[in-house]
Amino acid sequence: MKPAAFEYVAVRTTEEALAELARDGQDARLLAGGQSLMPILNMRLATPRRLIDLNRVGELAYIRAHDGGVAIGAMTRQRAVEKSALVARCVPLLADAMPWVGHFQIRNRGTIGGSLAHADPAAELPAVAACLDARVTVRGPAGTRTLTADQLYWTYLTTTLAPTEILTEVWFPTAPSRTGHAWLEFARRHGDYALVGVAAAIMLEEDSVAEARLALTGVGARPVRARDAERRLVGRRPDDAALADAAERVKQVTEPQSDIHATAEYRRHLAGVLTLRALRLAVARARQAPPVTT
Amino acid sequence: MIPPEIAITVRVNERDYVERVAPRLLLSDFLRHQLGLTGTHVGCEHGVCGACTVLLDGAAVRSCLLLAVQADGARITTVEGLARDGEPLHPVQEAFREMHGLQCGFCTPGVLLSAVELLRDTPHPDDATIRRGLAGNLCRCTGYQNIVRAVRRAAELLDRR
Repeated sequence: MKPAAFEYVAVRTTEEALAELARDGQDARLLAGGQSLMPILNMRLATPRRLIDLNRVGELAYIRAHDGGVAIGAMTRQRAVEKSALVARCVPLLADAMPWVGHFQIRNRGTIGGSLAHADPAAELPAVAACLDARVTVRGPAGTRTLTADQLYWTYLTTTLAPTEILTEVWFPTAPSRTGHAWLEFARRHGDYALVGVAAAIMLEEDSVAEARLALTGVGARPVRARDAERRLVGRRPDDAALADAAERVKQVTEPQSDIHATAEYRRHLAGVLTLRALRLAVARARQAPPVTT
Repeated sequence: MIPPEIAITVRVNERDYVERVAPRLLLSDFLRHQLGLTGTHVGCEHGVCGACTVLLDGAAVRSCLLLAVQADGARITTVEGLARDGEPLHPVQEAFREMHGLQCGFCTPGVLLSAVELLRDTPHPDDATIRRGLAGNLCRCTGYQNIVRAVRRAAELLDRR
């Protein structure tokens, strides 16, 4: 398998990339880490006329504390996010999910912005972003705008970005104190796309749930926030009955599809089981959570 | 219309090359066909099997998911670079020979280079860490048991150096 012929340009700055896109938008593709785009090119599922390589845009690779959270440049390698002490301390859900993204050889090359913009509903990072209400910065010919994860994702492999826009940064809020997080997923082989994945965040006040967040992969056309199940948890003591009730609600409201890897029924079952386990883990961690400072 | 070739400079196994490549040429094909370094094997060509794994600036990556033109200015290590002809094997290679960590050998170059980074990051891995570290490399002969033993043995050999 070889990609169809294309023109190639390696840009050095975001400005240059924007200028290239403004000229070629519809016929060009941005090349980030290439861990999804290159297979697509190799199999000729896409045949862009021009590739705009972002790998030499140094200004898009950074991890820094910013505005009560952590800002990560789009071209930051997933492996750098995985190893970041700042991410581990301030965004523990992202740190928890990171080792599940592909294999380490993939994360050595794959970027956080690439994964977010690729919008695979089975991928970990879009679900983590949805769970935490992460914000992405998008630059285009008309300037800069900020979107929530909910506003970013449209459907399978499709975002609301225009062909002339670039996702340049993602910002995650620092975890509040007394909050526990958990990422769990089930895949046939570690590193494969999971059949179902669950992100959970639980904030406790006294011993009741003050805030609950749940997001799932593999059960819809985009990352799915289980808001109804979240609402049912708030104000309750997080005992097993309450968590099981939320997990049951997740099963009821998700509408996964059957495919070669698993039936819809099996995915729904997994969604319930993994939600319950993720909630238990998040609650246990919330009870032990130290106060967090950026 | 055929896009023009692009000149690149790469350092592969401590040797400098100045080459011209078509933009769509994969790094795996560049290494094999243009440089004649056929130790890098090509399996699935979409990043799943790990046979084409090389070190790019020290990090294990899939050479089938990189364009040769992207390697401009980079330092690459292929399996041929682990030990030169006539010199002793690299400790990871030695361990694989000793523990029968290969059968047909097709996956071996990729496994070796993954193991090099794994052991650099985690010099004393437990079995779970070894298995997780090898999950990105498919082997259809060995059943993996001897590969895990070989990596464990390689950790011992590297310790003694």
